[in-house]
Amino acid sequence: MAEFNVATRVQGGVKIIDLKGYLDAHTAPDLEKTFNRLIEEKNYKVIVNFEELKYISSAGLGVFMAYIETMRENSGDIKFAKMKDDIYNIFDLLGFPVLYEFFKEEKDALEKFNLKL
Amino acid sequence: MNTENKILQDKLVIKSKTDNLSKVREFITSLAQNCGLKNQDIQKIVLAVDEACTNVIKHAYNYSPEGEIIIQTKCLSDKFIVSITDKGNHFDPNLVPEPNLQLFQKEKKKGGLGIFLMRKLMDEVYYRNISNEQNQVELVKYF
Repeated sequence: MAEFNVATRVQGGVKIIDLKGYLDAHTAPDLEKTFNRLIEEKNYKVIVNFEELKYISSAGLGVFMAYIETMRENSGDIKFAKMKDDIYNIFDLLGFPVLYEFFKEEKDALEKFNLKL
Repeated sequence: MNTENKILQDKLVIKSKTDNLSKVREFITSLAQNCGLKNQDIQKIVLAVDEACTNVIKHAYNYSPEGEIIIQTKCLSDKFIVSITDKGNHFDPNLVPEPNLQLFQKEKKKGGLGIFLMRKLMDEVYYRNISNEQNQVELVKYF
């Protein structure tokens, strides 16, 4: 079975989601649960840290597509950080860079959120 | 690369469960490596096959875990071919619209990207109905 782990932490009023391992149709529901919980807690500012993510399929990309509007409707966003090139290429193939913000470092994404405060 | 004209072929049969996707990815990685494909191409093929199997699990078998999926690979002198066969509901890829990310996002959709991604990742993608009410997707990558 694919190894996948999703953990959350808080940094400067923003929720950070750390992804680890393989995000596919089997593991995507775990990430959905995390987003549902963040929304219940009214946490709409989210940074996803991809540093330890090894693999993503469209089921994983679909989770971001399904939740970003709710975050933006509530003055938040989902921003991506520390994505490796091979993972970024998949987001790029599907046109995500036009609609989502990608940052090299987590602190850059954090700064972008704070600019809007 | 397989320099002789000998055809190397292999087969994996799985039940239609998403926890088998990692098994499919390992199988394809190893066969594509044996065929001599570049790492970058192997990653693309693995993802395309994952997408094809995910579609079969979701749409052909409607998440029923008892369905059978047959994955076969062929290593030819100029290309690597993967076929994914199922006996589930027939599926017409032409009825699936091109993804409109902006619209999907507004509608809070979580699916609809797989077929488009498969076409982007592979050189050729074919859908067929074969005998015994079987559906088959064939994915081709040239060296």
